[in-house]
Formats: sequence, structure tokens, C-alpha cells
Amino acid sequence: MKLSFSAADEAFRNEVADWLAANLCGEFEQIRYRGGPGDEHSYVQERKAWERKLHEGGWTGLGWPCAYGGRGATIEQQVIFNEEYARAGGPGRMGHIGETLTGPTLIAFGTEQQKQRFLPGILRGEDLWCQGYSEPSAGSDLANVKTRARYDEARGRWLITGQKVWTSLAHESQYCFVIARTDPASVGQKGLGFFLLAMDQPGIEVRPIEQLTGTSEFNEVFFDDAVCGADDIVGAPGEGWKVAMGLLGFERGVSTLGQQMLFQNEFDEVVRIARENGAAADPALRQRIADAHVGLRIMRFNSMRMLSGGGDDGSLSREAMIYKLYWATWHRNLGKLAMDVLGPESEILDGAPYQLNRLQSLFLFTRSDTIYGGTNQIQRNIIAERALGMPREPRG
Amino acid sequence: MDFRFTEEQEMIRATAEAFLADASNSAAVRQAMVTEQGHDPALWQKICSEMCWQAMHIPEAYGGLGLGYVELVATLEQMGRYLFCSPFYSSVCLAANALLVAGSEQQKTEYLSQLAAGTTGTLAYTGSSGRWDADAVEAVCVADGDGYRVSGSYRYVPDGHTAQLLVIAAREQGSVGAEGISLFVLPAATAGISRQWLPTMDQTRRQAQLVFDNLPVPATALMGEAGKGWSKLATILDLATVAIAADQVGGAQQSLDMTVDYLKERVQFGRVIASYQAVKHKTADMMVKVEASRSAVYYAACIADEALAGGPLGRELAEAASIAKAYCSDTYFFNAGCGIQLHGGVGFTAEYDIQLYFKRAKSTEIFLGNGAYHRERIARGLLEAHPADGAVEALT
Ligand SMILES: Cc1cc2nc3c(=O)[nH]c(=O)nc-3n(C[C@H](O)[C@H](O)[C@H](O)COP(=O)(O)OP(=O)(O)OC[C@H]3O[C@@H](n4cnc5c(N)ncnc54)[C@H](O)[C@@H]3O)c2cc1C
Repeated sequence: MKLSFSAADEAFRNEVADWLAANLCGEFEQIRYRGGPGDEHSYVQERKAWERKLHEGGWTGLGWPCAYGGRGATIEQQVIFNEEYARAGGPGRMGHIGETLTGPTLIAFGTEQQKQRFLPGILRGEDLWCQGYSEPSAGSDLANVKTRARYDEARGRWLITGQKVWTSLAHESQYCFVIARTDPASVGQKGLGFFLLAMDQPGIEVRPIEQLTGTSEFNEVFFDDAVCGADDIVGAPGEGWKVAMGLLGFERGVSTLGQQMLFQNEFDEVVRIARENGAAADPALRQRIADAHVGLRIMRFNSMRMLSGGGDDGSLSREAMIYKLYWATWHRNLGKLAMDVLGPESEILDGAPYQLNRLQSLFLFTRSDTIYGGTNQIQRNIIAERALGMPREPRG
Repeated sequence: MDFRFTEEQEMIRATAEAFLADASNSAAVRQAMVTEQGHDPALWQKICSEMCWQAMHIPEAYGGLGLGYVELVATLEQMGRYLFCSPFYSSVCLAANALLVAGSEQQKTEYLSQLAAGTTGTLAYTGSSGRWDADAVEAVCVADGDGYRVSGSYRYVPDGHTAQLLVIAAREQGSVGAEGISLFVLPAATAGISRQWLPTMDQTRRQAQLVFDNLPVPATALMGEAGKGWSKLATILDLATVAIAADQVGGAQQSLDMTVDYLKERVQFGRVIASYQAVKHKTADMMVKVEASRSAVYYAACIADEALAGGPLGRELAEAASIAKAYCSDTYFFNAGCGIQLHGGVGFTAEYDIQLYFKRAKSTEIFLGNGAYHRERIARGLLEAHPADGAVEALT
């Protein structure tokens, strides 16, 4: 076991830090630390400009192969970039769905033509993507999607009809990837397709949903014979589930260490307040603050194990299997701790009608961490079944 | 950065696992744990001559194998997993660590080579206050001619009644806290030391009481500078803390594994009880905790290696040890406690081994400070020491 980074990696770290210091300033100063989870509605135009700036610096598609315009960075370098980015207060990435989900999925499963067509726009920070998985009757039970894809022989294209829900950032996105049923007689994981759709067309309607935070990051998306090119299906019709699951595998990865740096920023804020307002003298809160620190450090150690683990066969190691349940639960607890440290001030808003400050937003938004991306209960099912070999849940 | 076992470390782990699964099976544990010395001397001899575990992290210059803390921790994890009853922990993780950290060249040459050859040893520092920090040291030493005289009684001393070599801490009359503490090393057979086994609830780990009544101790027994021993003792305790946390990870893992095995066999309401979701979710939580604990212990082991080698990351030792001990203590107790519950009535019998893990969970939780104790140590560092960055450095 070895904890330290190589000299070359440390040089890379300096390069990243220098670039951020030189560029994340001026017009971009105002978006530092903004636009993260719970704050995604903030500074949208500025953050889009920032995506283009990142591209100019060569910092998009960091882990993608050079052949597709990426930087071919090693895992260590990606970790370092994400750490430095968060340390510098880099804003929430508008392009993260495209860069971390669509891109790797196309690189792994897409045709050459799809790669040529879609990857450059993601790299340039121009094309933003959203994820059309969940539906009113397909949440945890994702395989229950009802949205239909019908091939229009006459005009050589797919027509999509149905409804998605909870679609984050659909109102800001140029494209959406959608799982839809290609075989109307099929049920469950069979008979699905994975489609790439342009959002700007008459067959698609986006309606925002107001969240308990008072803001609207996610939407309902209605498809009424929305058009998808014949070449814009990833994998064969009927093989959509395989692609959809492959994509979920990319959700856990190197961004996790950067995410932890954001958590660290939030935690430091809680510690700062505790020292200022006297909460640091309360024995029960001291225990919880220390517990949060312990939990965050271990989260880091665990991801270091996970990232060192190889696991090239695509199977998840034990430390990777626990990751989502662990961080989501930790983060939700941090939100509650922040309110308890603030005491009665935690109730007072920045302003009417419903202006939350950063920690209030943390408190409310972290209630969703244990829901999206597989709820805590679903995570526990997966751990018990796949890691511990216990019997599978009965299915209706 | 490569945070996983090397091939050689993995081999050491696997060898310990295979050896202990047989040599420390349930029958062997139950036989050893009811004897007064608390271990099987023939097995200890065999380990010392064939496996050489006792010499593992002692440098080659003193007759050891010159391996590191990661190898040690990998072995300790298996010892915890198989409830190994032996003087290993007291001899290696207390006595040998004490000599490595605080011994003079001459003391190392003399005593480390004895320990490397299989002499047993321990560390005595706690009186009866129930504390684990510097205030735990109650025994008093006074200068007497060339040497010293030590008076006082030590409680909770691991294997104190059988150890052949003693490292003891005593303080100057009237001193408090970290001031005035000295360390001495002396053969346990020194006339005038009275030693008594204290029968314990956890029968797999022996504790003893040692009474010193104005005992003469030669100047050559003093380790380091008189009255300045606390910083050394603090490091010894941190190293010992990492080691006991490794035992806890092994025990927590086995508590989970044996519980899952039982759940897959036991049938109620016409189904194996492993198929009930309430039961699955509990085991998933157990697994999350044990994997996170393992990450914490492996990280702490790397830091301990650095601390022993004088590397820069060594300054994190106190924090890493407290993180590991706080988390692993709570994990072990949770897993063993859930283990009894999920076994139902048989979990309450003497016959099933889960009760032995439950008791070892409690005794290792208390030893060297429980979760709350270590969280308070961390809280002090976070909330009081360094206003600037929230980093925990000087914890002691
Ligand atoms: C902030 C936010 C952003 C999101 N963004 C997107 C997005 O961009 N794209 C997208 O496609 N989706 C998105 N989602 C949707 C998210 O993936 C779903 O909400 C999630 O999968 C849960 O589905 P559901 O809401 O239908 O809840 P349900 O599946 O109805 O679950 C309700 C409750 O029942 C429990 N439950 C369900 N099944 C089981 C079971 N088998 N065993 C035990 N308990 C069970 C759940 O744990 C939960 O507590 C987002 C959600 C949120 C909150």
C-alpha cells in the first residue's frame, strides 16, 4: 500500500491549481462555490460560459481517450483534478451528465458515427444532456418503463411517446437519453432501447416541478411522437437495459473524491459556525461534529481503496458496493447537523419568499441524496443480494 | 497512490487466515479461554518458531523480519476474526511497539531480539481511574540513588499476569497530566512485583492487576528521558490503538459472515429467513460498517508505517488512530449485537460462537478508549486547536 502521489502527479496537481487560479476569477469570481446540488438553478448562463472556458483549457473529457478528444488522464490525475477543482471552489458543472454519463456510455457502447456526432459538443461544453430514466410508474423499478419507441419505416426514424419524470436540468438541456420500449409486447428488462434525442422539437414538452426547496431543478418531460434519428439508438433495439445499466456503472467513479471536497467545504462551514456561536461547547454536538469528521475521512479512505481496486471486469468490489448508501447517509446527517449547530437561526431565511442560505439548502436538498440514484432501501437490497448472496426480493 | 495490498501482503493475509481458521477454531478458542494463562503455550511456541508473526515488524537489525504495519494489521485482522487467544497483541503491539518508539539502542538490542524470539511482554500504564489518556498514569516513581523506586497498582493490563517483559509508566510525585511521566522496561520476574489475573467477561483476552510496592528499578531500565515520557507513550498508545482496531474489523466481519450463513439455513414461515427484507437490510448495514471500518484501519496502518519510519504523514497518526478506533469500536459492537438478534434464541446460547464475538466487541471497545473518547479527542483538535483550516494535527 502506498498513499503518496508520484512526482509527475504532483506536477499535474500544480498545473491544475495554477490554471484554476488564473481562470476562475474576474467574471467567474461570482460563481465560485455556486451551482452545486441544491443550487443548480443559480448562474446558469455564467456556468455555461465556464464550461466553454474549461474546454479551452483542455479540462473537459479528462478521462476520455485521446482519440475522442479527451485527455486520456490516469485515474490519479482525474482524482487530482477533481480535488483541486473543488478546493478552488469550482462551480457545479453544467455539463456533468454529458461528460460523466453520456460520453463514457457512447465511448463504450456507441457506434463510431454516434461518437463523432455527439462527443465534440459535450467536450466543448455546448451540448448539455439530461437523463430520461424515471417515469411515474418506473422509479426504483426502472424496468417498468412504459414510454414507447415505434420505428417509422416510411421515414426511417424512431417516434417516442410517453412520459418521464424527475428529469434534472431537462429545461437547460439540448439532448436527453431516454429508455423506451421498442417491443410493445415486452415486459421488464427485455424489449427496451436506449435513445438519444434532441430536446428542441415539437414532440417534447418540459414542465418544471417545484421542489421542497422552492426551486425547480427537475421536470416532467412529455413525449408525443418525439423524433429520434434511425442512427440515434445505442445498442440494438431490445438491448437498452444493458446500455442503461452500463451507464449507471459510470456514475460511481473518480468524481467521488471531488464530491468529497465539496462535502469538506460544507463541513468546514459547520465547524466554523460551531466555534463562533458556542455550539462547540455542547458535548452532544461535539460528538456529532467529530463523528461527521470521522465519517468524511473514512469516505475518502474508502474511495482510495475503490479507485485502487482495478475491477476492470466491471464487477463492483465490496468497498464500491457500499459507496452510495454510505455517502448519501453521511451527507443527509451533515444537513441535519448543520441545522442543529445553527440552533434557532437555522429557521431564519435570507429573505422572502423562500430564499434559503447555503446550509438550509444543504439540509433540505440532502433529503434527496438518499432517494435518487437508487434509494437507500434499494442499495440495501443490492448489497444483501449481490455482496452477501441472500435471496432476491419477490417480484410482482 | 496505490491503496491496496501488494501481492506479498495479500500472501501474508491469506497465510494467517488459513493457519488460524484451523489452529484457532471454535474448539481451540473454548479450550484456551478457560485456562488461567488464557492461551495455549504449545500453539504460541509453534507460531513463534514456524510463522514468526511475533517478529514481523521488528527491524532485521534486532532479529525481526523487518516488515511493516500493514502486514501486521492484515494478520491482526485474522486474529480478531478467529478470536485468537494469545499473548500476541500484548507482546507485539504493546511491548515491541514501546521499545521501537521509546527504547534506547541498548534496550532495543537486548529486548527486541528477545521479543522477536518469542519472549512475551506487555505495557502497564493504567491505574483504576478508568481513563486512557495521560491522567491514567497513577503509579509514582521517585529517584533513589542511581535508580528509582516505583509504587502503585496497575489495572486492565493485557496478559499482565503471564508476560515475561514489562514496560511500565509512572509519574513524579505530585505531577499531573502529561507532565512527569517516565517509562521503564524490566523483566516481569523482578522480585517484588505482585501480579494477579483478573477474570473477565470477555474470556478471550486476559487482563491482570500488577502491584508495585516501593520496588527498586535500576537506572538502566529508564526508557528515554525521565519525566518526559508522555509524548513517546502517546505514540505507543496510538500504534496500539490502530492494532486493536484491526482485531475489531476481523471480529466485525466474522460476526456478519456467521450471521449470514445462519440466515441462509434457518427456515421460518416456509422460507429461509435470509429472504426477509428486514433481515437483509440489517445485514447490509452491517456490511457497510465493516467495509468502512476496514478502509479506516488500512489507512491508519499506512500512517503507522510512516510514523515508525519517521515519514511526513506520520504526524497524522493520532488522528488516524482515533478515527479507526472510534469507528471500528462502534461497528464491532453493532455487528455482534445484531448478530445475536438475528440468530434468535440460539444467539443467546453458550454453544453458538456469536456470543464470544459480542463479548470481545465490548472488551475491545473499552480498551484504549471507546468511540466517545476518541471522538472527543478529534473534537478537541477540530474545535479548539487550529482555527485556520480545521485540520486535526496535535491531538494528544
Ligand atoms: C432530486 C432528484 C433528482 C432526480 N433526477 C433524475 C434524473 O435526472 N433522471 C431520472 O431518470 N430520474 C431522476 N430522479 C428520480 C430517482 O431516480 C427516483 O426518484 C428514484 O429512483 C426512486 O423512485 P421513486 O421516486 O419512484 O420512488 P419509489 O420507487 O416509489 O420508492 C418509494 C419508497 O419505496 C421504497 N421502495 C421501493 N421499492 C422497494 C423495494 N423493492 N424494497 C424496499 N423498498 C422499496 C423506496 O426506497 C422509497 O423509500 C431524481 C430524483 C430526485 C429526488
